[in-house]
Amino acid sequence: MAEKVLMKGNEAVAEAAIMAGCRCFFGYPITPQNEIPEYMARRMPEVGGVFLQAESEVAGSNMVYGAACAGARVMTTSSSPGISLMQEAISYMAGAELPCVIVNIVRGGPGLGGIQGAQSDYFQATKGGGHGDYHLLVLAPCTVQELVNLTMEAFDLADMYRNPVMILGDAILGQMMEPVEMPEPRPTADLPAKTWATTGACGRPKNVITSLFLDPAKLEKHNLRLAEKYRRMAAEQVRYATYMTEDADVVLVAYGTTARIARAALERARERGLRVGLFRPISLWPFPYEALAAATAGAAHVLVVEMSLGQMIEDVRLACGEIKPVHFYGRTGGMSPSPREIMDEIVKIVEKGA
Amino acid sequence: MQKLFGRPEALADVPTHYCPGCTHGIIHRLIAEVIDELGVRERAIGISPVGCAVLAYEYFNCDFVEASHGRAPAVATGIKRALPNAVVFSYQGDGDLASIGAGEIVHAASRGEKITVIFVNNAIYGMTGGQMAPTTLPGQKTTTSPKGRDPEVAGHPIRVCELLSSLSGVAYIARVSVTSPANVAKAKRALKKAFETQLEGKGFSLVEFLSTCPTNWGMTPAEALKWVDDKMAVYYPLGEYTKVPEVG
Repeated sequence: MAEKVLMKGNEAVAEAAIMAGCRCFFGYPITPQNEIPEYMARRMPEVGGVFLQAESEVAGSNMVYGAACAGARVMTTSSSPGISLMQEAISYMAGAELPCVIVNIVRGGPGLGGIQGAQSDYFQATKGGGHGDYHLLVLAPCTVQELVNLTMEAFDLADMYRNPVMILGDAILGQMMEPVEMPEPRPTADLPAKTWATTGACGRPKNVITSLFLDPAKLEKHNLRLAEKYRRMAAEQVRYATYMTEDADVVLVAYGTTARIARAALERARERGLRVGLFRPISLWPFPYEALAAATAGAAHVLVVEMSLGQMIEDVRLACGEIKPVHFYGRTGGMSPSPREIMDEIVKIVEKGA
Repeated sequence: MQKLFGRPEALADVPTHYCPGCTHGIIHRLIAEVIDELGVRERAIGISPVGCAVLAYEYFNCDFVEASHGRAPAVATGIKRALPNAVVFSYQGDGDLASIGAGEIVHAASRGEKITVIFVNNAIYGMTGGQMAPTTLPGQKTTTSPKGRDPEVAGHPIRVCELLSSLSGVAYIARVSVTSPANVAKAKRALKKAFETQLEGKGFSLVEFLSTCPTNWGMTPAEALKWVDDKMAVYYPLGEYTKVPEVG
């Protein structure tokens, strides 16, 4: 078993990508994720990989598009305003079915916003972001170790489905240091050969990568084929964790950093004899609708906690909003909820409900 | 019997959608001839733009990627950095390269990316129906400059070769036209030099073609060729622009 090392989330995500066989990184500086390109600038030359600081997120994400076309394992990272600039390339990559990993170390918005951790990019990540009918796989880790594990797996998932995968973190996760154990280098999964890549038409017919279908009937067919893939992804990649939901009267629903704070609130509530559980979606797309409905079946109340004004709550309502009250507590703009605030909300709900 | 003339292997045997009198077809053929002559078809990866040449991937017999509007130099950078032995070329129009993609072309050139850019300048947006381009000449009428381009309002046309030639990463830049057999021959020599520059690993190369758009210019093909010689080549002088001053 590998030794545990103390690493900052941002550096851990960079090393995890290297261990996953990522050999191309393109990015543009933006706080709070600058440790990632800085780490890559040092590390990529050591492993014979490519690090390039692009002139913008627009260019950087299109370099990712190019390297993905060439069959490379490629990643870019940014934070909210930068991710907005990448939406063009993300839509094109989804349309052209190109595998890549995109990490969003989310900060408060809208606009230039701030640089503290937030969860206000949930809609952008899970409901489209760019133009067209498409989905990304969106994974939301809550510890540095999980950030490492999911980042490494993301490269396999991207190749498996020929689809961009987004890791949705936040400034807190990116900046915090925790002990991590680096898993074995990848790829280990049995992945299909990239016969579609544009590597030069040597001994084979030419390959073309495009998302252009001028004939609407053909474009519809393309979209229906993508939809079939998204259905497969939705069936195969639902991930979540539950904690003490079995006997819970109130089930907290939170992802990422907020789930850790929610868990601290849960411990306090349990000490006071309140039966509180926690449901933590790990895959935000696909969202674990059925698992959430099942985990909250015996509860009287559901409390969604987010570092936003309420975005994931829409998916929670789709899962269980018709059969029970779904409450919300959120802080925004880079403020994070405290366990005490969440505890107060729990008490309020229980007292009102009683 | 000896075959004296035929279709280059790098050119696909399909009809193109280009209008009569448009010189995209000649430019496509020259690229294919150069790729064949250099023996690099199996290493070649082209990038098509958004604009009239959006379907260029249908017309070449080599690997091709379709880029979003203006981003071809960034896409080319990603491909070339991942596959240093590939022969990577982008094919871009004036709106794509000099307007929406102005940032990407300047930085690809200044980084000295070992790619070849074919820049087709016809002073108008063809695909979208004849709007003003960044290279539309002063006084030139388009659907979005109906009284003729007024530099006071719409700014001045951009001379791309002159602009990029000041950048140290540039290894070869030339402006050519295909308005006569002599000019076609010169254009092909420049194109070959550009690809050779890439193959020798010297840095960024670009060839600007002054091209025609009889449809949106409202001219016959013959008038359009004359307009390139008489008007465009005056504002955009033909020749090589490579002499980069080495400073420091």
